[in-house]
Parts: sequence; structure tokens; C-alpha cells
Amino acid sequence: MNINNIKKEFPIFDEKIQNNDLVYLDSANSSQKPKVVLDRINDFYSKQFSNVGRSIHYLAVAATNLYENTRTSVQKYINAKDKNEIVFTKGATEALNLVANTLGQAILKPNDEILITELEHHSNYVPWHFLRKSKNIKIKFAEINEDGDIPIENIEKEITDKTKVIAITHLSNVTGAVLPIKEITQLAHSKGIVVVVDGCQGGPHLKLDMQDLDCDFYAISCHKMYGPTGLGVLYGKKKWLEQLPPYQGGGGMINDVKKDRISYGELPNKYEAGTMATAQVIAFDQSIKFLESIGIENIIKHEKELIEYGQEILQKNNSVKLIGNPKERGGVLSFTVEGVHPHDIATILDETGVAIRAGHHCCQILHDKLGISASARASLGVYNTKDDLDKLNEGINNCKKVFDLK
Amino acid sequence: MNLKELYQEIILEHGKNPRNLRKTDNFNKDAKGNNPLCGDNVHVYLKLNDQRKVEDISFEGSGCAISMASASIMTDLIKGKSDNEAKEIIEDFLGMIKENPDLKNKILKEDDKTKLMCLSGVKQYPMRVKCATLSWHTLVSAMENDGKRVSTED
Ligand SMILES: Cc1ncc(COP(=O)(O)O)c(C=O)c1O
Repeated sequence: MNINNIKKEFPIFDEKIQNNDLVYLDSANSSQKPKVVLDRINDFYSKQFSNVGRSIHYLAVAATNLYENTRTSVQKYINAKDKNEIVFTKGATEALNLVANTLGQAILKPNDEILITELEHHSNYVPWHFLRKSKNIKIKFAEINEDGDIPIENIEKEITDKTKVIAITHLSNVTGAVLPIKEITQLAHSKGIVVVVDGCQGGPHLKLDMQDLDCDFYAISCHKMYGPTGLGVLYGKKKWLEQLPPYQGGGGMINDVKKDRISYGELPNKYEAGTMATAQVIAFDQSIKFLESIGIENIIKHEKELIEYGQEILQKNNSVKLIGNPKERGGVLSFTVEGVHPHDIATILDETGVAIRAGHHCCQILHDKLGISASARASLGVYNTKDDLDKLNEGINNCKKVFDLK
Repeated sequence: MNLKELYQEIILEHGKNPRNLRKTDNFNKDAKGNNPLCGDNVHVYLKLNDQRKVEDISFEGSGCAISMASASIMTDLIKGKSDNEAKEIIEDFLGMIKENPDLKNKILKEDDKTKLMCLSGVKQYPMRVKCATLSWHTLVSAMENDGKRVSTED
């Protein structure tokens, strides 16, 4: 795997960002886009555009086929059993809201418990909180250990007769911990508990195999997988998607509409109301082809090397404190620097073209638990190199200079 | 862009050793503010006496160098002023950060104005403007004492 060639596929790296070469370490937030994806969007709009699924003219039929091709590509990429288990959404956030809302409508009863973890992103907490308000559902948090991992015992401990759903991240966007979803699912299913996985960070960094994981739902964020913004995927087992009620109402999701009754469409249309992010869906096929052309095994190997290198140099830097030391870490290095607030770190790094994120990364529960209000986070993509991590480290040393620290 | 302009000596010094970082005894006005984007938070306490003069002002909270320095300098300059003077200074400061090249008020001495102008470096860093203004907005709400929580996202 030749990183320089891969990097060349991303036009943004030809740009000067405030006169600097870009060192992009914010892919957990959103990844950069390869040219094939950008070209596909442009080509579709310039040469093939039509809305999908409605008209019967040539362009409409062709666009519908392209749109459905991506569904099949996603199905294969994540090894789902059935094409109709793939629902397009506007992002992982909408996918998680869809699941919480429809399980809330159809399955959950007052005093039922949802088990989430202290690692969850706000988008895998707030949608469940809505049910706490509207249906008096209880939310419990499985605790992290001192390494920023969630051992399965910490999940088992919180399960009661009332636990109906476990909603859990595959890979923490702060500690980088990879959670044992397959084992957690086995445990949950042995007790009749539904498993909802926030796969936002799993998508770009891990091999996705729905039939192996066996979880009931898995939310994907396409813009973190070298794909366009405004697009997510909800994988849901067919038995659930068939059984649960629709989420949004409108065109495309209906079967028959009368003044006194409405019947809904079949899967996957049932969950795709209104005009969808057509161009994004069609372009996302190129993101999958891009990932396949490199091979997820190669991506995992490359990122593992980078993570190990990053951990090594940051651990040697005596002002840096890494957040978490999980057994298996993917894609993310969060840290604090003694004497320099994360925002100041981000501003100073930005001055040399090093783009990181500072803040709570939508994980306030975790930061409260760690006793800090913010952290700095460097996160990786296929285009990163050891050189990028050296520049990160130099930037951190520069922060110390600006702040006159040893 | 110039880091030296953003992180001037005075800012770094106030950021490291913030003045009035404590809770005023017997405060009679206070308000909390936060920046939901980054999790920074501040709690401003105020003691206004019968002549409507700021007898004491202090703050608690955590944040970046800019936000800590801004709160520190603010509390230093507002102490001892009448509530009307304080309002004028706040308005002037927020106006300067937003669009005016200089401070216009006649209340502050020149060297105090220089201190405030050190915060003008954030104008080149739009993402950092909120860091400099959070404590000031929170002070406004403390003076109005409507008990409302200030959020920079409003
Ligand atoms: C772990 C995690 N969950 C959820 C989200 C939200 O995803 P989206 O932007 O697709 O709505 C993100 C991205 O910020 C994330 O990192």
C-alpha cells in the first residue's frame, strides 16, 4: 500500500491551506474525499441527473438503478444478508434517531431500561433521552475502566430484567477503544435484548460483517468513510425493519393513500420518505470501491502502525497525557497537554497546517467522567503518514514554547 | 494570522494566573455561561452595593487561555465601577471585538484600555471570538440577574 499514491487521489492535498501543506488529523470528525467520489457527484448532476423511483422516463430509470446499485454495494461491503436491510438516512445521527423512535413507539414500555455506555457520542444518547422524557424509559450507563475500555463484565453488571436495548459504540471516537460487539450481542441475545451499534468510527477503520456481529442495528456515517456529507446508512435486521413502524411520512414510503386510511410501502422504501440524497448515494458507491481497492485489511494494518507510532512519540513527550489505553485502539489519539488548554493547542497547530479537533467531541459524559472539560484529538485516515504524526508532535512542542513551558 | 498577536504576554500571564478566580462572599448577583461547542463554562459572581457600585466581582470556571484571560481582565477592570459604567465598558468591549477598531469609552484609563485591546487578536480567529466574549455575556446576564444561563449558541 503506497500512501503517496493514495494521497494523490485526494485533491485537497494539492491545496495550500493558509500557505501550509495540509496535515489532516480530523478524520474521525469527517474524512476527506477522493477525486472519484467528487467526479461522480459532478458527473451524475451534469450528465445523468433525475430523481429516483418516481418517473418512468429514461433518466429516472437509470438514476434509480444507480441508486439501488449502491444499496447492493453497501450490502456486500458490510455482509448483510438482504439488500432490504440497508436504509439510507441523512447521517448516522438520523439512523440512531430512527431506531430509538421506532423501538420507542412499538416495543418499549414505561420503566424499561436502555443500557448505553459512558463512551457514547451524544447522537447515541440524546435520541434515547427523548424516550426518557416521553415514555418514562430509564437509561443506564456501563462504566469505562481506567484504560477507557468497556469490558463486557461492566455491561453484564448493568443488565436487569428490564433491559430491552443495549445501544453501544463499536469504536470510541475519544479513547479509540474497539468494543467486543460480537460477544456483547451474544450476551444480549441470550437475554432477549436488542443490540443497536453506533458504527460511525467502525465504518472507516474496521472490517464490517453484519452476519458475524449479529447485532440488530448498525448505524454508519458515510462522510467518515470517504463519502459525501448528508448521508448515512442504517443496517437493520429484516425482522425488525418489517415489524417496526415508519419513522417519517411522505412521498415514496407509502403504498396506498385514501382519505380515511394509508398503507405503507415495502422495505426499503418504508424508511426512505421524500427525495433522498440521490447524488450522495450514487457517489458513495465510489467510496466503497475506493475502500475495496485498498482493502480493509491493509487499511487496518496501516492505521495500526500509525497508532503505535503516535502512541510512542506522544508517550515520550512528557507534557502529553494520552486519554485511554484500550486493549485494541483504532484510528484515534486523544490527549491533553499539561498547561495548555485543548483550544489553544488546536489554534497553535492550525497555524502550521495541522488540523485536529479540540473540545468534548460530542462526548460530554465521558469528559465529565475523566474530570476534564475538553481534550485534543488527532484522528487518522488512509492518507496519513508517520510524518503527519511528527508534525503533530512538533506542533505540541511549539505550544509549549508559546506558553513558555518546559 | 499571527500567534504572537493572539497570545500576547498579558493574555498568557492572566491565563496562567487569573485574577479573581474565586467565589465572592455574599454576592447578590450571579450567572452561569457555557459554550456548548467546546464545554467551556464560567460562573460570574457580583456584589453590587447600595450605591449600585460593584464592590466585588469574581468568577469560577475552566477554559482556554483566551477565555480565562478575558474573564480575569474583565473582573479586574469592572471592580469599583458603577453598574452604568460597567454596562458601558461591556458594550464598548463587545463592540470592539465585533467590529470597532478601538475602544470608545471615557471611563477606563489608557493602560486599562491597552489591556483590553490585547484581546483584539481574536478578531483574526473567528472560532475563538466566543472564548473572549463568554465571560462578558455572562456578566451582562448576572447584572440583569434574570437567572438565565448564557450560552454562546443562542
Ligand atoms: C461515534 C459517533 N457517533 C455518531 C456521530 C454522528 O454521525 P453523523 O455525522 O453521520 O450524524 C459521530 C460523528 O460525529 C461519531 O463520531
